Amino acid sequence: MGSLAQFSIEQVWHWLSEVPDPEIPVISLADLGIVRDIAWDHDTLVVTVTPTYTGCPATTVINLDIERALRERGVEKIRLERRLAPPWTTDWISREGREKLRVYGIAPPVDGTAADGRLMARVNSLSGASNLRISCPRCGSIHTEKVSQFGSTPCKASYRCGDCLEPFDYFKCI
Amino acid sequence: MATSVNPSFLLEFLLRTGDNALILGHRVSQWCGHSPVLEEDIALANTALDLIGETQLWLGLAGEVEGKGRTADSLAYLRDAAEFRNVLLVERPNGDFGQTLMRQFLFDVWHFELLTALQESSNARIAEISAKVLKEVSYHLERSADLIIRLGDGSAESHRHMQSALDDLWAYTGELFLTDVGDDALAEAGIAPAPASLKPKWEATVSRVLGEATLRRPTDNYIHKGGKRGVHTEHLGYILAEMQFLQRAYPGAIW
Repeated sequence: MGSLAQFSIEQVWHWLSEVPDPEIPVISLADLGIVRDIAWDHDTLVVTVTPTYTGCPATTVINLDIERALRERGVEKIRLERRLAPPWTTDWISREGREKLRVYGIAPPVDGTAADGRLMARVNSLSGASNLRISCPRCGSIHTEKVSQFGSTPCKASYRCGDCLEPFDYFKCI
Repeated sequence: MATSVNPSFLLEFLLRTGDNALILGHRVSQWCGHSPVLEEDIALANTALDLIGETQLWLGLAGEVEGKGRTADSLAYLRDAAEFRNVLLVERPNGDFGQTLMRQFLFDVWHFELLTALQESSNARIAEISAKVLKEVSYHLERSADLIIRLGDGSAESHRHMQSALDDLWAYTGELFLTDVGDDALAEAGIAPAPASLKPKWEATVSRVLGEATLRRPTDNYIHKGGKRGVHTEHLGYILAEMQFLQRAYPGAIW
């Protein structure tokens, strides 16, 4: 009995929705939006994954985790493919994933605010009219300020809350 | 898809692009644990990580195009200085924090314009890598431009450091725009923009930011060049001695 007859694509999506991101274990690889396609190529299950950041050290671990999760469920032949285009964007993080991030203490991304090299961050800060209102994931205050655009991992920025005074991570847009 | 271009020109372009990211990435990584404040230490490490990630894509493709079984790793760790194709700017010593930032800014503006143009490459692989990397480089540019302005238009001390860094590095920027016969062939085929074509936009952004930073743009047009064709300063040898040590001492080591 080959794998083909045993597992539906929907079943495999469900399994991958249970595989946690190695860096932020409260969200799954499916929540993150990095699994782009799942298909059978004869008796081989082909999982297409797109990287978050080019240098993200979690990429290798993610591939290993996917393979392990599928093998544990009895899939024998697996091929992982990398797809770069279209490039991953935080817009693909699921609604549930965003809520899980917030509960975990990471402010979820505000769509449409990725850096575009037009130096708008500078213009906004000079005019005092930042388009970014990041609410504190702990107390909900919007009196927050950016400490650094580069945080504990490439995908996060560092913020501080002006009310509860706690520092927190913001999952920045790309 | 242009197929008529000499493959050695394409390989040369991929090595140049990959080596620029690799050598600057290694240089920036040398700051890890040494920068003036924790946030900047983290920002520098993240920038270095992005650049090394980018390197893997370009050198990986270079290995495929060459077709001799070389990988991103073997290209990074097993070539000697004369085989590297990065511009001299990225091998400049880190100097003080101001010099590192100024080098990053002058490079980021160029990098941003190059990748923006490459998104339209007739080579689909090049276009998709560029679209991916551009997202990360946009953050690099916003950070370095912001800091150039804050430090240039900061205290007398920070202004002096930034002006001195600019004066030192200026003669190394011209090489980014030198165009040779291979560059012309790639431009003709729509694979990559002629380097000289990136100069007007680079000039515009650099002038605008330097103006806001109250820094004086040097007027000397002398160009230090050679890296693009493998003629490097002594600094590259020291970088490679450190970066390649493990693979040289323990050939084929894996972890």
